[in-house]
Amino acid sequence: MSAQTPVMSIRGLEKTFPIGGMLSRGRVRALGGVDLDIAPGEIVALVGESGSGKSTLARCLARLEQPSGGSLLFEGRDILRQEPRRASRSYRSAVQMIFQDPFGSLNPVHRVGHFLERPLRLHDAVSGRAELENAKRRLMEKVDLPAELLDRYPHELSGGQRQRIAIARALAVNPRLILADEPTSMLDVSVRIGVLNLMRTLCEQQGISMLYITHDLASARYLADRIVVMFAGEFVEGGEAMTLLAHPQHPYTRLLISAVPDPRRRGAFDPRERAQLRREVLKPVSCPFEGRSDTPCSRDAAVFHTVSESPEHWVRCGLYAPPSDAPGTALELPDTIEGATPA
Amino acid sequence: MSAPLLEVEDLSVEYVTDTRTVRAVDRVSFTVGEGEVFGLAGESGCGKSTIANAILRLLRDPAVIAGGSIRFRGTDVLAFDHERLREFRWRQVAMVFQSAMNSLNPVMTIGDQIADIYTTHDRISKKEALRRSGDLLDLVGIPHDRLRSYPHQLSGGMRQRVVIAMATALRPPLLIMDEPTTALDVVVQQEIMAQIKDLQRELGFAVLFITHDMSLMVELSDRMAVMYAGRFVETARAQAVFEEPSHPYTRALMNAFPPMSGPRTRLRGLGEGVRFRDIPDLVSVGPGHWAAPIADDVPSSEASR
Repeated sequence: MSAQTPVMSIRGLEKTFPIGGMLSRGRVRALGGVDLDIAPGEIVALVGESGSGKSTLARCLARLEQPSGGSLLFEGRDILRQEPRRASRSYRSAVQMIFQDPFGSLNPVHRVGHFLERPLRLHDAVSGRAELENAKRRLMEKVDLPAELLDRYPHELSGGQRQRIAIARALAVNPRLILADEPTSMLDVSVRIGVLNLMRTLCEQQGISMLYITHDLASARYLADRIVVMFAGEFVEGGEAMTLLAHPQHPYTRLLISAVPDPRRRGAFDPRERAQLRREVLKPVSCPFEGRSDTPCSRDAAVFHTVSESPEHWVRCGLYAPPSDAPGTALELPDTIEGATPA
Repeated sequence: MSAPLLEVEDLSVEYVTDTRTVRAVDRVSFTVGEGEVFGLAGESGCGKSTIANAILRLLRDPAVIAGGSIRFRGTDVLAFDHERLREFRWRQVAMVFQSAMNSLNPVMTIGDQIADIYTTHDRISKKEALRRSGDLLDLVGIPHDRLRSYPHQLSGGMRQRVVIAMATALRPPLLIMDEPTTALDVVVQQEIMAQIKDLQRELGFAVLFITHDMSLMVELSDRMAVMYAGRFVETARAQAVFEEPSHPYTRALMNAFPPMSGPRTRLRGLGEGVRFRDIPDLVSVGPGHWAAPIADDVPSSEASR
């Protein structure tokens, strides 16, 4: 995988948002300098709880937000340097985004055909009426929808069909990278797997790369080649999907995994164990990789220890605590619960 | 075993319009015992929420209860007049709605909203009501000073805790929870579920738990039913449904969620392949385990999905 040139190389990407009023100097750090490579045809799942910065990362990649620092290398081009103000049309067609809410992302006054026609026209993908019709039909075929639906309005479609239209719209301009932000979380169970399968097939058949953003670890396990775990705007662990989930190293990863309902687990997950993990996340005390000569532990900088080279698996040093201006998380909340359940 | 807390028998609910009638719930029967957690699982539109609304008599035109009975501690809920119904709702059966986070009034403080329950139902002074509201927040691990907060000042998980606390305010013997954690992320969901379990142990209420997430349901429920197109297709102890699912739809629903363990295999969703018609009445397939028999003419490939 590392032999290939990545489609997207993210280096030290930062994003801070001002908080408070116009005159306030308050800042919240949504992204604290993250590095990530996405290989051609690879599906990388970005997991973490609400507010961990997953969507901010995707929005920076889609150039919907202006990063505060760092660089983005797309197919070798330094995008933020070459296109500092706004992304070029070619970048916008190469990097497409699929949103969470298929009910909100399709304008209700237009027919389905319109959503596919617009990107095809805007990006000069086709010329002539007949070719346009053909292109639309091919797109519908790719997402397993009947061509008749082209004449329907979004409200006549189910959630799953709408999300497929959103995927077809992204495919219209031959993207190299798709950013999928919780694409199935608002869909009914009956259609979720279908949409996941479709995304997998598209990546495999057309070599499209995907950044799949979710808080559903089970779907990340199902879909992704690699999983990266994000907490408070920084990466804490990453690696080959099955390896990472089978041998989670970071307490935050373990906390996330323990939160997934699993009927095979005997009894409920021990609340004391969860409370302990939470403490370890918020107040790091020790690092199991202490004494590694290649990556010495540090309290001040995020050091990443290699758990295994192949399959790839790395974890952030257990001694490092993120700066205090990192966004608040749900982890802070249940401290009050700890009192209720004697530790 | 004493008489069950809630008995639903042959309940049918129809949505009637001028042109056609849709049967949303079709001859459904189940019981919920005192202190028991009973789960209702199924995909969107299968009638789960309609059952919940029927129990609380919240159905509005064009929905009508077309047949069957609902009995609560032996009394006929469908025969309640307006006064009895007021008394029944919230004091006997409280409900945590889907997207409960948005069911709080945005222009009232949390404290005023909780106190409202006590002043309305218990006719006590505002001061006493606020004191009790504080106790209630204690129960779900939210600090007292949050009484003066407005809903938008609380996180989604906190709001959900408040809503659950409010449902338990009058110590009802039955709580109906309709997808209580659907809008929350996994970590918060886990905390909320743990909280519900703790509260249930402490207060001893029964729960009618509605969700499409089979894993979550099996973890929480004692017994459960799987619903499809207004009919029950299977009902048993939750663990039994999980370990030995009998109906192909139950299996399909379980396979609609990727597992967290075992090998990674390509799953089939609840696609068009899994469609059933004219679901027959349930028959016993094991101790305490009932399932709808599958007609012989169903292709075997369907059963394996």
